[in-house]
Order: sequence, then C-alpha cells, then structure tokens
Amino acid sequence: MEENRHPLEVRDLYLRFGGLKALDGVSFHVKDGEILSIIGPNGAGKTCLMNCISGFYKPQQGEIVFEGKQITRMPPYKIAKLGISRTFQNIELYTGLSSLDNLMAARHIHMKRGALSACLFFGLTRREEIEHRKVVEDIIDLLELEPIRKKLVALLPYGQRKRVELGRALAAEPRLILLDEPMTGMNVEEKEDMARFVLDISELKGIPIILVEHDMEVVMDISDRVMVLDFGHKLLEGLPQDVKDNPEVIRAYLGAGEEEEE
Amino acid sequence: MRPCGVFDERYIQDIAIVRTWQHWLALIGALVILYTFPFYGSYYLISLINLLSILIIVILGLQIVMGYCGQISLGQPAFMAVGAYTSAILTATYGISFWIALPLSGLSAGIVGMISGAPSLRIKGFYLAMATLAAHFVIMWIIMHLKITGGIQGLHPPPPQIGNIVLDTEERMYYLIVTMMVISTFAARNLFRSKVGRAFVAINDNDLAAEVMGVNLYYYKLLAFFISCVYAGLGGSLWAHYYMVVHPEQFTFMHAIWYVGMVIIGGMGSIPGVFFGVLFVRLLDEIVLFSSPMLSSLFPWLGPGPGAALGLSAFGMALLLFIIFEPRGLAHRWEVIKESYRLYPFAY
Ligand SMILES: Nc1ncnc2c1ncn2[C@@H]1O[C@H](COP(=O)(O)OP(=O)(O)O)[C@@H](O)[C@H]1O
Ligand SMILES: [Mg+2]
Repeated sequence: MEENRHPLEVRDLYLRFGGLKALDGVSFHVKDGEILSIIGPNGAGKTCLMNCISGFYKPQQGEIVFEGKQITRMPPYKIAKLGISRTFQNIELYTGLSSLDNLMAARHIHMKRGALSACLFFGLTRREEIEHRKVVEDIIDLLELEPIRKKLVALLPYGQRKRVELGRALAAEPRLILLDEPMTGMNVEEKEDMARFVLDISELKGIPIILVEHDMEVVMDISDRVMVLDFGHKLLEGLPQDVKDNPEVIRAYLGAGEEEEE
Repeated sequence: MRPCGVFDERYIQDIAIVRTWQHWLALIGALVILYTFPFYGSYYLISLINLLSILIIVILGLQIVMGYCGQISLGQPAFMAVGAYTSAILTATYGISFWIALPLSGLSAGIVGMISGAPSLRIKGFYLAMATLAAHFVIMWIIMHLKITGGIQGLHPPPPQIGNIVLDTEERMYYLIVTMMVISTFAARNLFRSKVGRAFVAINDNDLAAEVMGVNLYYYKLLAFFISCVYAGLGGSLWAHYYMVVHPEQFTFMHAIWYVGMVIIGGMGSIPGVFFGVLFVRLLDEIVLFSSPMLSSLFPWLGPGPGAALGLSAFGMALLLFIIFEPRGLAHRWEVIKESYRLYPFAY
C-alpha cells in the first residue's frame, strides 16, 4: 500500500520490437492532480509509453500500477473502464459520426442498459440517455464545441478534430488523461486555446494529466513537472525550469530536434 | 431531419425519433394504411407485402451486423434456415405451439449465428465474408443430411393459430407478419440510440478508438451477430409458417448475395435503407418477370424463359451501378431530398 501513493506508478518498463529497444527500463510516477509533460526527440518512445499505459502494447518487463491496481497486461477496454482515457498523436475519432455522437460514444463505460432494454427504449434507457447527454453537453460548453456539435467529424478541420478528441477523452470522466501531442500541427492561436483547455481541465476536474508535447514553450508554461525521454531511457525529470536549463537536455533535444515534424 | 425553424428545447426532443406533428401524422397515416390494406388491397399486393415484410425483418438483421457494425456476413440465409427449421421441427414434429416456436427459432438462429460470427474476432472484410460463407455451406449441409429436417423433401409446418382462428390465408398471415415487421423496425431504430448501437457503429468506424474508449470488441461483435441472427431466425420462422413448407432450396448461396445486395443498394447503416433495398430488388425482380414473356416474343433467340437469368443480370447490373455511382445507396438519395425539404423555403 505504502508504495502506491500515486495514481500512476510505472516501474522498470521494457518494450522491445525485435532488436529495437523502444523502452529501456523506464520508471516514473504521476502525482495527484498534476500535469506531467513527457518530452524527447522523435522516436524516443513517448508514444510507446502511452500505448503501454493504455494497453495497446504489452511490455516484456516491468509493471504499471494505476490506483493500486496492476494494469500491465490488461486489454485496453478494461483499462478504459478503470478510468484512463487518452488522445492519439494521429487522431482516432469516429469520422462518420458527429462531434456530439463521438462524445456520447465515450459514455459507453458509464451506461448500464443492455440490448434488450435498448430495443424497447422506454423509460429507463431513455432516462439514461438524457442523463449522459447532460454530462456531454457540459463538456461541449467547456471546450467551446457548440458550433460543431452536430457536424460530421470527417468534415472538420484538423485543429477542431484535436479538440473533439480531447472532448471525447474527457467525456469518459477519466481519473487520468494521456494526451499524445495534442498541439502538433496547430497554429499559434489553436495552440493557445488547447493549452488553456488543458489547464482548465486540470483545474476543474483535478485529475492528473500526462502530456506528450514538442512545443517547449507550451510545455514549460503549463507543466508541473517534466520528464525527458531519449532512446527509450529516462534522461531526467524535474521542475520545468530545471529541465530547461539542463545541458544534457539541450544537447539531446537540439541534437535531434530539427526533424521534429511528422 | 426537421423543417426549418423547428428547434429542440430539451434533449428528450432531440433524441426522439418522431419529432414534429407532420412526422406523427405521416407515421400514423402509414400505420393506418398498412393495417387496413387487406380490406381494399388486391390479393397480389397483399402477398407481395407479406413477402417484403419477411425480407425486411431478415435484412434489418443483416443491416445491424453489416451496415452498422461493419462485419460482413454471407450467412444470413443459413441463419434464416436455422430459424425456419427450428420452428418447423418444433411445430410439425413435436406439436408445440407456434407462439413458443417463434421466439425459440430466433434464439436458436442467434446462437448459431454467434458461433459462426466468432471468426470476426480475428478477421475482417473479405476473409470474414469467406468464413461466413463457409458457415452457410456447413449449416446447409447439416440441414440436408439430418433426418429430423426431412432432407431434400423438407418439412411442412402448420399455419399459426390464435384461439380458434387459423392463420392460413394471405390476409390472416398479413397481420402477424406486418406486426412483426413493425416491431422489428422500431426495435432496430431504438437500438441505435443506445449504448449498444453506438458501440456497434464505433467498432465499424474505428475499432482502435472504440477499444480505447472501453468497448469490449469481442463481446460487441458477437452481440451484433447474435442480434442480427435473431432477426434472421424470426424471419425464417415466419417464412416457414407462411409458405407452410421449408426445404433447403429456399436458402441458397444466391440468396446470401441477394441480401447483401439489398443492404448495399438500400444504403449501409440506415434503417430506411433496408426498406428501399428490399423494395428495389424485389421490384426489379417483378419487372423482369413481367417483361420476360414480352422479351421472349420480341427476341425469339432468347428462348422461352429468360426470366431467371435476366433477373440475375439485372440485379448484378443494379448492384454494380450502385457501388460505382451511389455507394451510400438509396437512403442517401432520400436524405438529400429530405435536406432540401428541411431548408425550404430557404434553400441555398
Ligand atoms: N508497432 C511498432 N513496431 C515496431 N517498432 C515500433 C512500433 N511502434 C513504435 N516503434 C518504434 O519505437 C520507437 C519509439 O517510437 P515512438 O514511441 O512512436 O516515438 P515517439 O517518442 O516519437 O512517440 C521508434 O523507433 C519506432 O520506430
Ligand atoms: Mg509519438
């Protein structure tokens, strides 16, 4: 018990693809209510780490403990049910659905009515729908999605899709959110909005957030702590200011930082 | 879809299927026409609606698994056969009431369908189509070789009975079949404004995202097959007691293609699309049958009965044209028309 004080604890994680060591003994934890940013050059293993936490990749060694529960080799849907939600670097939305329906679909884990009740759709199922609809509409308000709530995701521009995906992650009412490069490919204004939303969420919901991001300025502005990955190793972690001034980080980042784009 | 100027003030209005008084009027009107039809409709039309309604039930099932959940299935006629034979065996051989046999045939088809759908946990698309096709042949082979199913001869189930009334005429069966069709349609429609239906759509749209949002893919894919095949089984049971004969020739590979074609032509992922698809393909068939004697006299070299071959070619042609020019099917056309009505008088 003593050891599991933090919402998320990752110990000694190893993930290999053939000879490639994507994660090479990574350990870290996330504290209650904090924004922890993970930075590092492309191919450092940031996305791999996210995928291990959300259950898509099975690490060969090490363990991931969420709120005291071993989730190391659990299937993704079970991890989602435990309260971990995420966005993807390359956006994985339901493009054939409206923004609203994307968010409603995220209520899945909180809904109880089964197929038979659904087919009849009287009373209970309908009441359930409306309750969940309220939760979703609150998130739509928070992320300023009203103008696009009934729009098909396939028709939305990139920046708005990123925002809808954040909304979907939030609609699951998670107790930990993983954001994989939520600001990549956005213009300055969109980036500012997104940073504001991340801060709002952190403040309003008080849930811990893991943020993978390339934009150093944003990272330094909004993070409580920063962790640096390089070739699957944890280089260091600390307060934004300390990380920024660390000579090793400057070398690792500037050394491989030029070809940042996808 | 609403006319311009109708807005929802509450979420309950937003999720309602029937929203404006015009909607209610249209719905009630349609139901009244449907239920009074035997009083003035011709024998031919009544029997046509009977057949169409049974097909609609079966195709609704296929729409759920294929159009909504994205799991292509060529096994629908075989699952229909499971329902038809279950019902026929229970009533004709064991003398059990049709009203008990009907739900049991849905259940048996659902279970067989769920087992046949198990490969969907591993494979998708073309490979899944092949796997369900294999299931079709296995099921039909078993049916043909069991004693209890009557082999090639088939079985002769009795007509259903309510009290002393025997449903042995087109008009009497009409009420049973049409009622089942209406209930099936509303059930399917409701399913898609609930957690379950949304999970199906999510799996079809992006299974990676569905999984990370907490959808158990295995469970919901099997559930989709189960529900789909309950529909097939119920349709099969009605079929058996309507025709009062079941034999393997009624459920062939060709039917599987036809059914998938109906879903594609009608429009994938649309409940009205099921009606359009079934209607279109059946009408095409009727037209071909109608015009085939005329064609024979015009082009004697076609031989005396080009009907069957011509029907197939016409169907193949229509399917091809739809896939190329209107892949979203007739339902999409319908949406476009409704959209222009919605914007009226402010069309732009
Ligand atoms: N599914 C996979 N199969 C093989 N190699 C992979 C796979 N996923 C990631 N990798 C490799 O692991 C390394 C880390 O990738 P990733 O975590 O995506 O980096 P980033 O820090 O840019 O997100 C890269 O070298 C990448 O090529
Ligand atoms: Mg990455």
